[in-house]
Amino acid sequence: MATIQRSRADRTGSVLRYAVLVVGAVLFLLPFYLLVRNGLSTEQDITSPSWTFFPSSLQWSNVVDLFNDPAVPMARSLVNSLVISVVQTIGVLVISGLAGYGLARIPFRYANAVFYFIVATLLIPAAVTFVPSFVLVSTLGWVSTLRGLIVPGLFQAFATFLFRQYFLGFPRELEEAAQLDGTAYWGTFWRIVVPNSTGFIAAIGTITFIGSWNAFLWPLVIAPDRNAWTVQIALSTFLTAQTINLPQLFVAATIAILPLLVMFVFLQRWIVEGVERSGISE
Amino acid sequence: MSSPAPLGARLRGRHDRNLWFAVFVGPFVLGLLVFVYVPIVWSVVLSFFDARNTVTPTDFVGLGNYLDMLRDAAFRSSLLTFVVFAVFIVPTTFVVSLGLALMVHRTRFAQTFFRSVFFLPTACSYVVASLVWKLSIFNGVRFGLANTVLGWFGAEPVPWLSVTQPPWYWLVIVTARMWLQAGFYMILFLAGLQRIAPSLYEAAAIDGATGWKVLRYLTLPQLRATSTAVLLLLLINAFQAFDEFYNLLASDGQYPPYARPPLVYLYYAALGQGQDFGHGSAGAVLLTLLIALVALVQGRFLGLGRRED
Repeated sequence: MATIQRSRADRTGSVLRYAVLVVGAVLFLLPFYLLVRNGLSTEQDITSPSWTFFPSSLQWSNVVDLFNDPAVPMARSLVNSLVISVVQTIGVLVISGLAGYGLARIPFRYANAVFYFIVATLLIPAAVTFVPSFVLVSTLGWVSTLRGLIVPGLFQAFATFLFRQYFLGFPRELEEAAQLDGTAYWGTFWRIVVPNSTGFIAAIGTITFIGSWNAFLWPLVIAPDRNAWTVQIALSTFLTAQTINLPQLFVAATIAILPLLVMFVFLQRWIVEGVERSGISE
Repeated sequence: MSSPAPLGARLRGRHDRNLWFAVFVGPFVLGLLVFVYVPIVWSVVLSFFDARNTVTPTDFVGLGNYLDMLRDAAFRSSLLTFVVFAVFIVPTTFVVSLGLALMVHRTRFAQTFFRSVFFLPTACSYVVASLVWKLSIFNGVRFGLANTVLGWFGAEPVPWLSVTQPPWYWLVIVTARMWLQAGFYMILFLAGLQRIAPSLYEAAAIDGATGWKVLRYLTLPQLRATSTAVLLLLLINAFQAFDEFYNLLASDGQYPPYARPPLVYLYYAALGQGQDFGHGSAGAVLLTLLIALVALVQGRFLGLGRRED
């Protein structure tokens, strides 16, 4: 009797759980739907007092209008964002990957000191350093340049830390086999370690790309000139401006998240694995 | 090896190890020095000078900038804004992400789907989320989604972002961040849940523990390390809030006098019209010290770094 009762309770609990999950999923997906819905609406559809779930008609012309509007440097800022994110991602993977491997594998008398020095940077809240970084970068004359947007973001202590932790756990046997062949650190790293770590590299790469594509404070500070705007700055400028074309703004926002959503769907598995392996919750 | 090796050989180390260490780690450390440590040291120096519109000041003011900042009502109110924000966002995100993780973890059917849906907003930027929140869901006028839903129940439209009494804007700010980050912390909790040995649950079942008791006496204690990390991350991230405040509340280069968290305050103080790097740097140093202190206290209080046995 007890078991029957429990299984009935389990079933009720399970139905309840699914109900909550479905409602939660709808709420979490709703903002994405609103982006697309508003982007394909007329201005009237967005501002109508009688709000409807579906727009009265689909205005695909909003997309064309956005790219033809000389007031919105959409194409330019998309290209800027793409260049910055790609270069930063590749840069971080190479620079932090090498550093992480060096710290994990090359015996050096002061390796521990160097490691603590790097970990110390993790304790400095990155965003609080934007004032001094602005001072430095503007002194270099890099305001509103791609260099100013890209270079300071190439040195990510957290990525190096994660790579080090990961390489510490990399099976030594694989590397030893290579070293018997007389391959030095450099060759071992590129020919054995990197090809066998694609999953982890993809995870760090995706996280870096997302962070870089979505970065806001630093581009806002360092790129006042509209030719150097990233897509986030372009969106923000029109969001906080007086007159805005609402449908165009929503199209622009949809386009801004599209590359990430596509990437996310394909690489999500790696991100989850990367987060899990990062040992952040151990 | 009685005679010392030539200097070059000593620098390279055995099997050129030192050389290779420099090749692998050097570029990163060099970049860190130039782009993190030089600015910080420079900033500390600037914080002792009167540095308006200049980064090579000559007018030494000692601790003057620091005292000015501590006396500045706007700076203190930015700290208060952070406290209010943290009080809202930290517990709610913690509960929501833990709840989602517990439910998703126990789900067999469509588990990947639910996990993906809740994780998906992590890929969205704060700017885009602010746009949806400000212009579509919580629009102050009649046409927003929230006001439409309220209208179904006969309620009057609420001016979400433009009144301070009552401060509805907190609801907008907190829900936006919650949507953006809950999925990430859910993943951390899921990772923690996967590490709990199934045998513990079997033992609990044999002892007749069910539902809340399992959660209270087994799952939550086992998630202690994860919870500590999540709380710390939530707090540090809340402290660095900037994007959603700026995008939800600023308009046309203006920012309302209320709801200025520390970074928004710093942004306008240091990089606004005045370009006051002296006071801005002093503020940055104070904030860094404060967050380090909070992290340390919380770490001690919650036992961060203690091994879980």
